[in-house]
Order: sequence, then C-alpha cells, then structure tokens
Amino acid sequence: MKYQVKPLPQVNLPELRTVGKPLRKVDAMGKAVGDTVYAGDYSMPRMLHGKVFRSKQSSARITRLDVSKARALPGVACVITGFDVPNARLVSDMPGQTGQKQRAGSDVPVLASEQVRFYGEPIALVAAETLEIADKALSLIEIDYEPLPGVYDPLEAMKPGAPIVTPPDNIVARWKIRKGDVESGFEQADLIVENTFRIPYQEHAYLEPEAGVAWIDERGAITIRVSTQVIEHFRTIARAVGVRQNKIHIQGTMVGGGFGGKEDITIEIYLALLAKHTARPVKMVYTREESFLAHAKRHPYVIKHRTGVKKNGQITASKIEMISDSGAYPYLSPYVLLYTTVMAPGPYRINNVQVDAISVATNNPYTSAFRGFGGPQACFAYEQQMDDIARQLGLDPLEVRKVNFLRTGDCTATGQVIESATWLEETATRAMAALGEQTPDYGSVKIGQGFASYFQSYGRITWMHDTSQAWVGLELDGTVTIRAGVPDLGAGQANSLCQIAAEVLGVPLERVTIYTTDSALTPLSGTSTATRQLYMSGNAALMAATAVRNVLLNRASKYFEEDIEALDIADGKAFIKSDPSQTLDLVDLAKMCASEGMHLSNLALFKAPFTDPINPETGQGQVWPDFTFGSFAVEAAVDTETGEVTILKAAACHDIGRAINRAAAEGQIIGGGMQGLGYGLMENLIVKEGVIKTPSLTEYLIPTSMDYPDIQAIILESGTGLGPFGAKGIGEPSLTPAAPAAASAIANALGVSIPEIPITPEKVLAALERA
Amino acid sequence: MKPQMITLHINGRTHYVALNPNLTLLVALRDLGYTDVKSGCEKGDCGACAVFLNGVAVNSCLVLAAQADEGEILTAAGLGTSEHPHPLQTAFSDAGAIQCGYCTPGMIISAKALLDHKPHPTDAEIRDAISGNLCRCTGYAQIIQAVQSAAEKMDAGGEG
Repeated sequence: MKYQVKPLPQVNLPELRTVGKPLRKVDAMGKAVGDTVYAGDYSMPRMLHGKVFRSKQSSARITRLDVSKARALPGVACVITGFDVPNARLVSDMPGQTGQKQRAGSDVPVLASEQVRFYGEPIALVAAETLEIADKALSLIEIDYEPLPGVYDPLEAMKPGAPIVTPPDNIVARWKIRKGDVESGFEQADLIVENTFRIPYQEHAYLEPEAGVAWIDERGAITIRVSTQVIEHFRTIARAVGVRQNKIHIQGTMVGGGFGGKEDITIEIYLALLAKHTARPVKMVYTREESFLAHAKRHPYVIKHRTGVKKNGQITASKIEMISDSGAYPYLSPYVLLYTTVMAPGPYRINNVQVDAISVATNNPYTSAFRGFGGPQACFAYEQQMDDIARQLGLDPLEVRKVNFLRTGDCTATGQVIESATWLEETATRAMAALGEQTPDYGSVKIGQGFASYFQSYGRITWMHDTSQAWVGLELDGTVTIRAGVPDLGAGQANSLCQIAAEVLGVPLERVTIYTTDSALTPLSGTSTATRQLYMSGNAALMAATAVRNVLLNRASKYFEEDIEALDIADGKAFIKSDPSQTLDLVDLAKMCASEGMHLSNLALFKAPFTDPINPETGQGQVWPDFTFGSFAVEAAVDTETGEVTILKAAACHDIGRAINRAAAEGQIIGGGMQGLGYGLMENLIVKEGVIKTPSLTEYLIPTSMDYPDIQAIILESGTGLGPFGAKGIGEPSLTPAAPAAASAIANALGVSIPEIPITPEKVLAALERA
Repeated sequence: MKPQMITLHINGRTHYVALNPNLTLLVALRDLGYTDVKSGCEKGDCGACAVFLNGVAVNSCLVLAAQADEGEILTAAGLGTSEHPHPLQTAFSDAGAIQCGYCTPGMIISAKALLDHKPHPTDAEIRDAISGNLCRCTGYAQIIQAVQSAAEKMDAGGEG
C-alpha cells in the first residue's frame, strides 16, 4: 500500500432508524415497471405538436424571414416569429445577484428576428395538427441570411477589432481575488511552477431529451407539464409571455436526467407561447440532435497557474488567470466563472493569492450549468499543477498536498472560514488504498496510479439569500404526506425528504408519500441545482416533521402522564423510552390530536446563511454555506504504442457528512465519477465555426458499461455538514475529481503530463513524442 | 403514403391498427400508450426503447411497425406491475440501480434477454449484454449488482 491510512477522528453520530439505510427509494418501483410518466409521455385532447425553426448560421443578419407558406399549410395552427413576440426575452444573468451590473443586451431573445449569434438559435415556432405537418411547415419557412464575421475563440474575441457578439464588448463577466501579496510570495519561493491547462466542452447527454406539454386550464392559467430542474422559472416565463405570475402553472415531471442541462429554461417558454397563441394544448419533444443544439454545454476554459513553492512543497504564492467561453449568450456564465474563480487555488491554505477570471462571448454554442458548475475545470487545473509541483520538487504528490491542505478553521482564498471537517488526507489515502498494489507494466503497456483531491461547495451563493419550503402532515391512518416543490432528477431528491420525515415521525418509509414539483400546489422548494436540495429542502422537511412530532409528543405526554423527554416514536407508535411495552399507536394519537383541534401538519421555511456580496475588487467575503471534501484515485494502463488508455481500477472517497440513503449516495459517487472519467478521457464535443459536428450519441461518446471498471465508493461521515443530521452534499462533488485523477494516473504511468482533456490516444502519443 | 393495417400483440393484448408504413415500432408502441418504451435517440444508439419482438430483444426505433405485423411484443411494463414485479424490477429497485429511470425499461429488457439464455452470468457477460443501453446516471455498478441479485432470486424461485 502506497500510503498509510490513519484512523479517522472520533465522531459520535446518533443511531438512527431510517436515515442512512440503503432503502428502496420511493420513486424506484414506478420507474422499474414503467408506471412513471415522463414529460414526453403525456398527451392531451385536441393536442397540437410544436417544433422550433433554428438558425443554420453561427453569425448572420436575417435579411428576410417569410413564414407565409408555412402558415398557409393545412393543419398548421400557428407560426410565431420574433416579430410576433417582440417582448419575449429571457433575462439570463440575474442582475444584482453577482454584484455585477447587468450587461446591455445580455437578456436573450426567445426568438431571434434581426440577428443570429449561434448555430441552432431559435427563430420561429410552429404548432400543427401532427408532427409530420409541423416538420413540413418548418421546411416551408423561407429565410435569407447576410453572414456576419463570427468569432469562435475566446482569446481572439478579446482582441481589439474582433467581431462583437453583443455590444458593447465581448466581456461577459470578470471576477478577481486579491489576498495577501503574490509578488512577495514569489520572492519567498524556492521554485516557481507555471502551466497552462485547456479544458473542453462537455455535453450533458441525459437520456431523456427535453419534452413537455402545455395548455390553458379552466382558470386561464397556462399550465406547463415539463421536465425541468427549476419550476420557479414560471416567473420569467410570465414576464416573457406577458401574463401575470399566478397565471403560469408549472407541473414538473420526473426528470430523465438533468445534470444542469435542464436548469436554464428549455422548451417551456416555446410551449407557453404556442399554447397562448393557439389556445390549444401543445406538445413538444426534442430529437437527440436538437437537444445537442438547443441546450447549454459545460464551459471550455484556458487556465494558467503560476505557483511559488518552498522546497518542502509549501505554497508561498498562487497566481491564476482563466478565460471561459460563454458562447453567444451569457446564461449562467458569470456564476460559473465565480465558482471557478473561488475554487481556483484548490483546497489549499495559501496566504498570497491572485486570480483574474474573464468569461468571453463568442459565436460558439452557449455554455451554462453542468454538474460541478465550474468546479471541475478548476480542479483539473489545480490538481495537475500540484502533481507537477511534486514532480519538479522530487516529492510525493500526497506529501506536497499534505503541507498545504486546508484544515477546519482555515480560510479560503476569499477569506471564508471553513467550519466543517476537511478530510482531505483521510479521503486521499483511503481512495489510493482501495486501488491496492499497482499492477506491473507489461510489454508496451505502462501502468500508473494517481489521485486528485478537491473541495466543492454545496448550496447556492450566500448573497442569493436562498430559501426552501416543505410541508409535512400526519394523516388519520398514521401515514405521512409531504408536499415540496422539489424537482427529482433521479438522485433521490424526493426520497431523501421521505426518509427524513420517516425518521422524525417514527414511521416506516412505506408509509410516507411525497407530492412534488408543482409551482402552484406544492410549497416552493427552490431549484434542483447547486447540490442544494438535501441541504435546503432536507432541512425544511426536518423542521416541518419535527414540528409535527412535537405536537404528537405533547399529546402523548398527557396520555402517558410522562415528560416529553421520556417519550419517543418508532414503528408507528409512541412509547415510553424506559418501558417500551407502553405504547400508543400513531393512528389513535392522530385521532386524539385531530379531535382536540391540534395541528397535524406544518409548513417550514429553511434559510441558508444570508451574506452581502463579496468585495468586487478583492473577492473577499463568504461565497457559499459550506464545502464537501474528497478524493478520487485511478489506476490507468497506457499503451505507449497505440496511446490507448485503459482504466484498471478507480475508487472515490468523500466525506458526505451523513448518508441519508446509503445506496443513493453511492449511486451519486459512482455515477458522478463515471461522468468525470468520460469528461477526462472520452467525451469530445467537436465544434467548428460554431457548429457542433458531433450531435449524436455515436459521435459524442459517453461511457458505456464496457468502458470503465466499477468505481469503488467509500463513504465517510464526519457529521459536520449543514444539512439534516450533519449531511453535506455529494451530487456535484462526485464528478469533480475524476478527470484530474485519471490524468494524474496517466502522467504517473508515462512520466509526462498531458495538460488538456479529453486525454485521447492522439494526445498520449503526442505527449510521448514531446517527452 | 397509404396506411397499412397491421396486428400487434403487445403485453398480451391485441391491437389492430392502421399505420403509415414508414412508422417505427417505437412510435407505434408509444402512440398506443406503451409509454414505458422510452425514446432517447431514435437511431439505435441508446437502447432506451428496447422491447422483445417474438422473444428477441430489439431496439424498437430500428424496426418498422409493419415489420412487426402479427408479432408478439413484450415491453418492460409487460414483465410485471408494482404489485407483482418481475424479479429484475425488484432487484433494480432495491439495488439503487435506478436513478432518473429513463434507461431502466430498456435496461431491464436487455438484462432479461441475457438471463433467458444465461441464468448465471458473470459480471463481464452482464456488461456485454447491457453495452447497447446507455445510462448517464448510475455508472452501471448498481445495475450489474441488480442483475446478479435477480439471477440469484430467479434461480432460487424458478422464475423467469
């Protein structure tokens, strides 16, 4: 074994009955037997079929748009262009929340009418009696373009004289961090290490393409049943469509994979417009190719690190510059850039830090949220940099990191004090130990092991003042109902709330039913993004369930003539802890409470910490509620003749605070790890002059069951998270360290590092050539 | 295009339908309400639409409905219900093998196709059998565990 695994610090977590168990998730069986109805599965009486007409140019003026032939086609109910809905715009950068002013023109026209800025930009909407007629109508739309000079490289886009995507300039966002004095830090250094890292696009490739159906209900509300991570978009949609906010009703469905790709508004705005204009139900489902064209990608970055270190590996200064490609419209680019900026130095204690980050507009596909939200790009760069520092100093990669790892009580580069456990060495040594002895080289194949450690936030930016609500009630037959606006992406968002309520109210999980994801009928719980649902809505459910429990215990205390503290509830019964044979069934207890007018339900609101924005000049201030820490280890075999990389072993170790459902947590760790390995080694979105050349699942390859071995998931529980029962978040963090760990293992095998992913055979051979 | 009358026996029910001859079996099944058959790519890349046609697992997006005339079709929903699930459906639910669930029906069809002729598969054989079914959520490990666990149960219970 390469590293010594030390015992964990002593943690005393209370014994729980339901929480932590790998129980069958409440949504699982419905999916297994095909009962779960996804957004594309719904039909309505008199339903029309919607389609989007999209730009075939990356940068052009629209000189003529004639939809008259399409409108005249029998069976076409309506064709809508930007001229019909001039006010339909989506504000994409939430002014005031980044601490930056909203850029002129940074809101997105729902339909382009004068100029197109990216290939695939929506220009017109069609609704027709059948899908075939809608397709035919698209082919009858006549359009002339006058090509405009486009810009496809963010570095080019920053130069004077470059084509401007949207006036006044191509700078979408900037962030900076100034901590200490980097110049004096470099003077103290024994060695300065410099590297430039290039990180590509990533496509979400969820199995379910965007889908939904909309209609106008009996109260005149536009009702949209859609696969989305954010039902709160009803407000933006109302503004864009020109109706009151309480006349847009979003019924979110089970989401067939999101990963951030269904975080921005997708088809729901088109459905709303078409339903409003036709006064009939309209259904829209993207093809796979359209899904590739229509939704955002993970941001490509160029990241430069300049690091000063002492001979023992201690970092004296870290200067980082980064540029991200925001594509044609900002969407969430300013926020993603903020994440990359703040995470840029890695989970290391550094007194002198300077980060300068810019997001730049181009005529490329637009970029926005993807699991990790800028964190994975930062991690690839800082962990490759740490490996290179170790190589140049002749030290072990773990030794260099150990000198610098953040500890509880330390500050991040923005001065945020970390209050939870920071089990970096603990996770790194365990992940590496799980790989076991290194397989020996054979023939032309060289074997290497490597790891990457990370920190990644959970919960939204604290100056967004995030809240979540959940409603929990006990029914008179002893069952529990939860209402929460949580979109469930399959990660167990809804199930977690059920396990928490089951724990608190002392009922088996089967007795809990949850109703979710309805902007009008369930309390709003906020977005299923930012690894926030367990933390935020989990706490809200915990608060609501606890309030109901207190009512029950109060009444039971009268019945038993015992103090509340002497009582507990489990298996559907209240009982005296010192004499568990004395019980009161929850059904009887609920009836007593109801007949006495006691409140058997509760609506709770959980608030994250609220802070002011960081200082825009120095970046100093709190940015997130807390962080998850962990490590990923890989053993890779590299064929030096063909450049082929085979992952032989992989292990991930994360401190998730507390597992709420162990099987679901493992599923996040393994599934996120697999997406990260794909990102590092395989997934290759080819974009030429703004056009995606790989818009299918045979051209853009994602991991199959044959590509990588099982990722061993090692769960540590420090109990120090801000979520319910001390949980942290694991949805996004699971992906972050996988690609750099794979790169590290490859570099260890070859003795030469490859500062650019995906590490394809061509890049391996080119690196061997250089070495 | 002139519609063609065809007969489809789906999950034990018989449908007589008039369909355009260029329609895929996937579209026909979904239009008939068998929405457990999922559409992920319509090109045979993802496996979400897998069904049994005359006992053979196929991607229904790569078969014309007309080619399935008089055929016996079995979809994941035809294997079991939430009250009486197939052992694979139980095992997938219990092993954490289901996240978003969109690949699950097709995955279960491929797994059943394997177990039908190989009741005791190795992990490698399971990986091979589901290699045409993409899953973006799970990383496959818990799916493979679920198939192994179902194989054990089916062996013990004599089910299939």
